[in-house]
Amino acid sequence: MDLSYSDEQKQIKEGVERFVREQYAFDTRRKIAGSEKGWLPENWAKFAELGWLGMSFSEADGGFGGGAIETMIAMEAFGSGLVLEPYLPTVVMGGGLLAAGGSAAQKEALLAPMIAGEKQFAVAYVEKQARFNLADVAVVAKKDGAGYAISGHKGVVYNAASADTIFVTARTSGGQRDEKGITVFAVDAKSAGITRRDYPTQDALRASELTFDNVKVGADSVVGKVDDGHALFEGVIDRSIVALCAEAVGCMDAINKATLEYIKTRKQFGVPIGKFQVLQHRMVDCFTNAQEARSMTLMAALKIDDADATVRKKAASGAKVQIGKSGKFCGQSAVQMHGGMGVTDELSVSHYFKRLTMIETLFGNQQHHLSRYANLSVAA
Amino acid sequence: MDLALSAEDRAFADEVRAFARANLSPATIAKTRSGRHYDRDDHLAWQRALGKRGWHVYTWPKKYGGPGWSVTQRFLFENVLAEEGAPRILPFGPKMVGPVIYTFGNEEQKRRFLPDIVTSNILWCQGYSEPGSGSDLASLRTRAVRDGDHYVVNGQKTWTSAAHWADWIFCLVRTDTDAKPQEGISFLLIDMKSPGITVKPIIMLDGAHHVNDVFFDNVRVPAVNLIGKEGEGWTYAKFLLANERLGIAEVAASKRGVQGLRDIARAELADDGGKLIDDMGFREKIADLDLQLSALEMSELRALSTMQLGGAPGPEVSILKIRGSEIQQRIAELACEAVGNYAMPYQPELLFRDSNESPIGPAHAVPAAARYLNMRKTSIYGGTNEIQKNVISKMVLGL
Repeated sequence: MDLSYSDEQKQIKEGVERFVREQYAFDTRRKIAGSEKGWLPENWAKFAELGWLGMSFSEADGGFGGGAIETMIAMEAFGSGLVLEPYLPTVVMGGGLLAAGGSAAQKEALLAPMIAGEKQFAVAYVEKQARFNLADVAVVAKKDGAGYAISGHKGVVYNAASADTIFVTARTSGGQRDEKGITVFAVDAKSAGITRRDYPTQDALRASELTFDNVKVGADSVVGKVDDGHALFEGVIDRSIVALCAEAVGCMDAINKATLEYIKTRKQFGVPIGKFQVLQHRMVDCFTNAQEARSMTLMAALKIDDADATVRKKAASGAKVQIGKSGKFCGQSAVQMHGGMGVTDELSVSHYFKRLTMIETLFGNQQHHLSRYANLSVAA
Repeated sequence: MDLALSAEDRAFADEVRAFARANLSPATIAKTRSGRHYDRDDHLAWQRALGKRGWHVYTWPKKYGGPGWSVTQRFLFENVLAEEGAPRILPFGPKMVGPVIYTFGNEEQKRRFLPDIVTSNILWCQGYSEPGSGSDLASLRTRAVRDGDHYVVNGQKTWTSAAHWADWIFCLVRTDTDAKPQEGISFLLIDMKSPGITVKPIIMLDGAHHVNDVFFDNVRVPAVNLIGKEGEGWTYAKFLLANERLGIAEVAASKRGVQGLRDIARAELADDGGKLIDDMGFREKIADLDLQLSALEMSELRALSTMQLGGAPGPEVSILKIRGSEIQQRIAELACEAVGNYAMPYQPELLFRDSNESPIGPAHAVPAAARYLNMRKTSIYGGTNEIQKNVISKMVLGL
């Protein structure tokens, strides 16, 4: 058991934190959010150059041999600056699918250029009727000659407008909610038959509704095995949850810092409002919540590669429950303690609050993961 | 960075487990499992067995007779003992006064007092709170007046756990009434057999006798029993409190508690006739508690790791006390909820005495309500949770 960072990990941490500090001032971020893509290609090139796109992949896959801890370090720093570049959909989710299930040819054609900064990914899995059930897949992929034809609707696909490749979960057999019969496809984003409706999300990211109308793909576009994509996909979502939790930890630290600073300087009744015990205790509760979120995220990062699937699932769900709880508490408290200023667009606090609020829902909310954790605990 | 246990770690855990099985009496284990209270001899027999092995003071460095364990070893030791049904080690000697003596005491005091803590030969208790000094501890008034090579002590301590069992008491006393409250306090070791000391029980809401009033009436204490410098007792007291707050998170015991709670929920029935554990509402309550405990455990491991790298426990350990106490309370609350109607019968003879009387409801229901009631103390003792928040607010957040 060892809870200290290696020297390499410390260097990564310093590097990502420096990037956020120097390149992601709040005003700069606002400009980036309003730019054409919603993120900056020159930042992405820098990520590639500094090795951040490949650091969590094995050397055999063209990466640098890191793992969940390296991802956690990067995501936490990104969270502290509300970084907009699509690291989660491209590197963690898309890259994660390729690393866990991709063929040698797919890794060469897709993962290697992603690590080099030349390809962007999106992952299309949300369906309107499915809520948070990953096994509820109504989009179908029908046999079509040697390949497949995909039809149906996927929602809230982050980074779809910038993506070169879209990973899609589709049903190749079985009933609508069966785990068996789900297949993951890597689809060229420019394929005929894909219609996009693009929009901004509440937290200034970009997403799209995607309609697939008889989109033809080859048999070589299957990631992993036909009909057996559920476990692969669920595993990647669980890993993505840990990364997302780390982002939330960064958000919470930043929002708590801003709030602490504010209550030390804002004066009412002739004194800084931080002199009032009722606010002091609320601030302590924020601090405690952030510490617990950090602990659960770290524990999840350390368990997410465990040999036992139940341990991995519980780690991800457990962390997600904590993040949901802590993120809501820190976010709401920050807004409350900032008073009227907390509900304006002007200060960063509302932007962190928005991101934390969306994080609570992404990949399943607190209630969903509490149920999942509870059932896994009893089954074990 | 990893959570994995090495082969040596696993061998160590096996060694601790074998020791516990060889040295815990079946009667003591039965008391743990059934929620009965231990008596003095239960504690002493176990602690002296640990003492012979050098494990009673398992958090101490080798220099003073401890094993000098790593964070991982401490973690494993606590968890294995909890799993095996061991009583909690009374903290007053090994976790409270011991570290104060080896950190601030003189050589003679170390020679005189530490070996008896290492072996658990003598039991200690803690003289901090007074009737007029609870959260505002620095206002304490128990007076120690220098008279030649003695101090003469007059006053009253209260909420003194195990005073009726203890051989010695460590006390905060006022040696200077003119100085600022914190600066007139000294740290004094007093033999409980000294003439002029009276111990009176305080009976708690569940009928238990753990805590006492301790009265001092012209008690003469040799001046060589003063730790450090006169007037600097507050510094030592704060050092001790930080250690105490780390110890009372009670993570390992709470893990056993959550397991016990699941067992109760498997045995009890829900309104629909199914098992309570299959009731989704109750299952999620346990899951939520289980997760709170995981977060606490990881936070404690992080704090211990920082300490191992050379830091003393800082004020942030107050968080562990707050969350640890809330979790202990929640376990007790859910157990009480789980047993339903049979929380109601009160059977003190089954809780406090070795009685063969049969339980009125299921055996697991006997301690449920008493435990829930009793556990309310955890957010009050060791510095109330509100005081802990004041500490974090001032020392960590700078408010």
